[in-house]
Amino acid sequence: MRRARELGLQLVVPVVVLLAWGLWSARADNFFFPPLTDILASFRANWVFERVPTDVVPSLERMLAGYALAVVGGVALGVLIGSFRPVRWAADPPIEFLRAIPPPVLIPFAILAFGVGPQFKVFVIAIGCVWPVLLNTVDGVRGIDATLRDTARVYRIGALSRLFSVVLPAASPRIFAGMRTALSLALILMVISEMEASTNGIGFFVLQSQRSFAIPDMWSGILLLGLLGFVLNAGFVELERRLLRWHRAAQASALEAAA
Amino acid sequence: MLEVRKLAKSYRNGAQATPAIKELSFEVHERELICIVGPSGCGKTTLLKCVSGLLPASSGEVLLDGRPVTAPPEQMALVFQEYGRSLFPWMRVDQNVRFPLRRKRLPRRETDRLVAESLAAVGLFEFARHYPWQLSGGMQQRVAIARALAYQPQILVMDEPFASVDAQTRAELEDLLLGVWQRYPVTILFVTHDIDEAVYLGDRILVLTARPTVLAELVEVDLPRPRDQVETKALTEFAQLRARVYRAIRRD
Repeated sequence: MRRARELGLQLVVPVVVLLAWGLWSARADNFFFPPLTDILASFRANWVFERVPTDVVPSLERMLAGYALAVVGGVALGVLIGSFRPVRWAADPPIEFLRAIPPPVLIPFAILAFGVGPQFKVFVIAIGCVWPVLLNTVDGVRGIDATLRDTARVYRIGALSRLFSVVLPAASPRIFAGMRTALSLALILMVISEMEASTNGIGFFVLQSQRSFAIPDMWSGILLLGLLGFVLNAGFVELERRLLRWHRAAQASALEAAA
Repeated sequence: MLEVRKLAKSYRNGAQATPAIKELSFEVHERELICIVGPSGCGKTTLLKCVSGLLPASSGEVLLDGRPVTAPPEQMALVFQEYGRSLFPWMRVDQNVRFPLRRKRLPRRETDRLVAESLAAVGLFEFARHYPWQLSGGMQQRVAIARALAYQPQILVMDEPFASVDAQTRAELEDLLLGVWQRYPVTILFVTHDIDEAVYLGDRILVLTARPTVLAELVEVDLPRPRDQVETKALTEFAQLRARVYRAIRRD
């Protein structure tokens, strides 16, 4: 009953906004804000599922490739930096400098280095996404409880077991926090990279539509990106909820014991 | 089997060195249950960390079966006070117990047997598939004990293991430990700040002074075994020993 009420209230705002937008845009006769029905028609024509193989799939492939590289690289480097203090001292200044560079400014360089193929986009996405993963992994590894570390030492846990069964699980709540930030960055960088030297992709489509004054098409692309971001984030939250169930439960039980 | 010779430990704090242990020498015999008590803030945990090879001594040495301890030795298991932070919350109870056995490369069946037996010994056989955080504090500490037992150590080092549980649970855990000690061929080094607990459990009690720590007194406990929470604690000798340890702690 309460759940149903919650769901109902959560649906109220989107429904009201859509209705208001629909009613207003139908009469507005404004070139930049075409009737909502036109946008939805264009959405159906483009994205169900005409342009899915030609634009959506290439976009998502590049995004996921860049994101995956960032996660693997960020976690690997983060564990290394978090585990050894001298490495941390040496790595800190360059990291602080490199992460201050806005990733889109690397696009001209990336095109020179990788050509106009998908590689430069993957590169830009990976570079932009690596920092939150890296920094959170470092914090996660540094924050591992001393007793937990001593336990692993006393029982002479081997280096590989320690990495995969102690360090990574113990740091995983922080790693997931970084991955979640990186996921929204990946979507942003995917779009930006597709507005430069591209022949397909959702970002490219939105820009092309605007340039050819196909305003409902443009809006349909924006709508799709919003939906994609929403679905990706919801999926990630659900995955995190399942994988980190132990973390929330352990924290709750520790709080209970302290009370 | 365990020998501590002129052990000293000070912590460096910039140019200053803060002495934690001034000098300690003692010996632990095979199958003995030896308790270490001292005022809070004395170097009890420091001593255990040196004995278990987690911390290097500043001078002196720790010998286990005649060999100097420089890293955690294979024949030693440790039970910490903070059970909640020493069990791995992402592993189930049986996985926690099994985890240290991986390195031993025993046959699968042997590992299964060790895990099952040690869980049964602490009365948690039915909770094998639970997660630690689904259990009460006392049960979690029993998991830590089962993990130590399955590891088949010759010496079990315990750092105030029952300090964070309520009095009722503590008494149960003390008796569980005595039962386990009877059944498993293990020597126990038990640190506590609770004098009653030390007298109730130990064969001998090492009484330590405040920092910088030295040995205040070595007390032989000749109470009969098996011990009983009610009868043993009602003995005149129990009260006398208790008083003796108490005075030794108060002296400095």
